[in-house]
Amino acid sequence: MEAIFKKLSALSATTILLILSAIFVVLFIYAKPAVQKYGIHFLVDPRWDVSVSLNKNSANNTPNTVNKNMSDNNLNSAPIGENDADVLAALGETNTQSSNNTETIYGGLVPIVGTILSTILAMFFAVPIAMGISIFLAEIAGPKLSKPVGIAIELLAAIPSIIYGMWGLFYFGPFVSHLFGGSSVSLLVAGLVLGIMIIPFMSSLTRDSMNTTPEVLKESAYAMGATKFEVIKDVIFPYAKQGIIGSMILALGRALGETMAVAFVIGGVFTFPKKIIDPTVSIPVVLANNFAESSGISLSALFYLALILFVLSFIVISFAKFYFLRNKK
Amino acid sequence: MNKVMDIKNFYFTYAKAPKPSLKNINLPIYENKVTALIGPSGCGKSTLLRSLNRIHDLYPGNKYEGEVLLKDLKTEEMENILEYKKENELINLRQRVGMIFQKPTPFPMSIYDNISYGLKLMGKKNKSELEDKVEEALKDAALWEEVKDRLKDDARGLSGGQQQRLCIARAIAVEPEVLLMDEPTSALDPISTIAIEELVAKLKDRVTIAIVTHNMQQASRISDYTAFMYLGELIEYGSTEQIFLNPKEKRTADYIAGKFG
Repeated sequence: MEAIFKKLSALSATTILLILSAIFVVLFIYAKPAVQKYGIHFLVDPRWDVSVSLNKNSANNTPNTVNKNMSDNNLNSAPIGENDADVLAALGETNTQSSNNTETIYGGLVPIVGTILSTILAMFFAVPIAMGISIFLAEIAGPKLSKPVGIAIELLAAIPSIIYGMWGLFYFGPFVSHLFGGSSVSLLVAGLVLGIMIIPFMSSLTRDSMNTTPEVLKESAYAMGATKFEVIKDVIFPYAKQGIIGSMILALGRALGETMAVAFVIGGVFTFPKKIIDPTVSIPVVLANNFAESSGISLSALFYLALILFVLSFIVISFAKFYFLRNKK
Repeated sequence: MNKVMDIKNFYFTYAKAPKPSLKNINLPIYENKVTALIGPSGCGKSTLLRSLNRIHDLYPGNKYEGEVLLKDLKTEEMENILEYKKENELINLRQRVGMIFQKPTPFPMSIYDNISYGLKLMGKKNKSELEDKVEEALKDAALWEEVKDRLKDDARGLSGGQQQRLCIARAIAVEPEVLLMDEPTSALDPISTIAIEELVAKLKDRVTIAIVTHNMQQASRISDYTAFMYLGELIEYGSTEQIFLNPKEKRTADYIAGKFG
């Protein structure tokens, strides 16, 4: 019995490692054609689904009219990601059919930049607010207030992301564009919606780790003559540092991979955002919008993007784990 | 002999408790002496000690009645600390009446920062002055030799006994008038306990000490005065010698003889 139990639990533990490596292997196998074709240049190439004439060797300087058309089209048409995908696919098809002398180029720079920028925006927006909420709940509000508010925040964390996306598209996006100008789907709206999504998550985890500070440790800081602010800053935050950073990393991971909410509000356009209020696209949104219509090298390019997202989240989390949490005592 | 604190007709009621936990306490605390509070669990000795720096105020709803007087060093007058209302009055009180807890409570920062914490809260910023004070406090707490080469290390890496001496050093660095100790050795091994007791004997020239202890031998070893409490009341108070050798009350005698507790 004892031996079976041990083996079962060991098996469960290894399963997760197996799944992780299996995912990586599958991503890599499917991405391989694109990896071989575009190589590391994929990471810095801003062109996506752009036809390039094979006769001209100066591929980089080719004026990509198709791309321009597409982006204009997207701006004018309804800003929902699904439509963009159709437009993209349609344009791509007609183009490849019309001339055999061209090659379609896929590059990941725009979605990579979009993913990173929208995540950074979300964190900038969410971290201060989430910290404020958790300080209030853990230290300032009395139990009569902090319990119901705490439960409300946990419920908020459980709302499916598509609801945030719908709310962002129909209410929050127009509101933001009214305030800051620009289109109602943009990098800014995506960052803010992402931020709002991760606030409850981050603040409830941060509050939990702040609550692990022993009462007597706080008392002894007060007994030194510290004020509430000083106790929070000098004792509770340092004590709960690991948990707080952990909550930020989890939230960051969620923001990086968030698909549905972002697909609604980022615009789904393959252009660099010149301003924060311009629409762009992120990796998960590209994947969700284009999978159905893709095959061959374009499918492989999507897997290449997925692989990049996988590695990106992996790097972020391991960096945080080894850098911030190394002074484990 | 001068009283540095004087507790008069003191009642204390916890939030939502129907009855007061401390009833009609009258107790003097003499300057540069060690006063021990003894009694069985739940007798209110910790509650009384924690009233003396008003740490109960951290939790809403607790009620004080009566008077707790503390001598103002400049005017030599006794001030009622229960009348303090503003936050900075309480902060000032806690800088004058320091506290050591049952478990060592090093802050999550370096040894140096732990000791200088109270000084920084008081607004002292001069680096060389801080360094001198930290060294002095650590020497007074008999910890300097053990930590002088690792002042920048995390204080939580010290042993339990060292951590408790660190807390004492931290408390005396701000030069309080009174030091409250709430069973400071109950979480420590015998050798660390002896170190703390020696420290108490050494410190009483500079600071008045009130100590709660479960350990009657400890009370008889280190205190000058002893108060025996039972069920929220002060049963007997006198010199430690008198309480241990000739208790007037039967309950004191029974407790000291180990008949209950």
